[in-house]
Amino acid sequence: MEWRDRGIVLNARRHGERSMVVDILTQQHGRHGGLARDSARLGGALQPGSDLGVHWRARLADHLGHWTIESSHVRAAGLLDDAVRLAALSAACSVCLALLPEREPHPQIFAALVVLLDAIEADQHWAALYVRFELGLLSDLGFGLDLSRCAVTHGNDDLVYVSPKTGRAVSREAGRPYADRLLPLPGFLTGRAGAMAEMRDILDGLILTGHFLERHMAAAAWGRVLDARGRLTTRLQTL
Amino acid sequence: MGGPEIERLIQLLSKLPGLGPRSARRAALHLMTRKDTLMIPLNDALSNAAARVTACGICGNLDSIDPCAICRDNRRDPKLLCVIEDVGDLWALERTASFRGRYHVLGGTLSALEGVKPEDLSIGALMARLEESAGEITEVILALNATVDGQTTVHYLVDRLKALGLKVSRIAHGVPVGGELDYLDDGTLSAALASRRAVGS
Repeated sequence: MEWRDRGIVLNARRHGERSMVVDILTQQHGRHGGLARDSARLGGALQPGSDLGVHWRARLADHLGHWTIESSHVRAAGLLDDAVRLAALSAACSVCLALLPEREPHPQIFAALVVLLDAIEADQHWAALYVRFELGLLSDLGFGLDLSRCAVTHGNDDLVYVSPKTGRAVSREAGRPYADRLLPLPGFLTGRAGAMAEMRDILDGLILTGHFLERHMAAAAWGRVLDARGRLTTRLQTL
Repeated sequence: MGGPEIERLIQLLSKLPGLGPRSARRAALHLMTRKDTLMIPLNDALSNAAARVTACGICGNLDSIDPCAICRDNRRDPKLLCVIEDVGDLWALERTASFRGRYHVLGGTLSALEGVKPEDLSIGALMARLEESAGEITEVILALNATVDGQTTVHYLVDRLKALGLKVSRIAHGVPVGGELDYLDDGTLSAALASRRAVGS
């Protein structure tokens, strides 16, 4: 049993003296684990966010299997000195690791993660992209939010709230009586003409996706993501 | 094979880093055939270490005295404090003999995925130590691994240390001595370029 694919490292934990159990989000095979030998030689290639060409091999399909790294691009290397972008990379990998089921292909999530990590690396509009990435992740797993029209009036004008129960957008007028119980909907997520993502909008976006991630994730998995997302939110607040 | 004593010895030796069952069997045989010159002295050394070695109450280093020999050494520069992940890193830095300050062992690095939080590390003890030093420590050197978790910990510590008004530095990342650029991975080369410094001025 063997295959070759492209993948992004989500996490690597030490196994014995020279090996690591590495979780990789692959393009065609989804989130997949495996053992990587000679971890000291591989060095930075096994850091979260690294873009690898991998070869997975096992005697039986349900075995853990072994990774052979055939090519690598270590994204983390250029981010180590930048606390905010490092926190974003860490949070994106944590969310994927905690949320995606093992060995289930999610090519759209893979593509979105590559775009997000490229933007983080290039330091271009990545914060808004991060919020969109989490929304896409929720959608791909079947928990998508309907931000296209108001749940009450069915119109698509002036959408500024989201119902924390249904995940549907609510217009300013219809939501006014319940404003304190609704989640804010940043303009850049509705595709409103001229809506630019200010930092306040990004933070509102993270509150929105965080609410639904917490709701749909197992408590233990959410606990693992909470720290990484919390660190990102704190860093963004200081910008 | 031998009796249960030998099996037990092999089983315990195989738990040591770098030893598997096969090498543990070889080590056990080696010990038993050199009982007087190796096995009994090793047994005494292990008993002594188990009875006397503890973690230093100040820095977290392992020593038979508390505070440890490094913390007690008056010839060390009291202004410099080097923060490291574990005692293995302290030993590595001591081998270089190029650092004459004192140390603080964190006991790990922050890791969201492994569930390691600031309260799981000796960060509280570090902050208390710096506050109690009453200005004696003037520079904190963060010598943590060049990994995502290591540098996340560095950024967290920088934020915490800002309030104390100390000089905070980190060790350089880049080309190792004897390293040839052609053989370096792109990540190390990028880090080396980013950390370049002026020469000849």
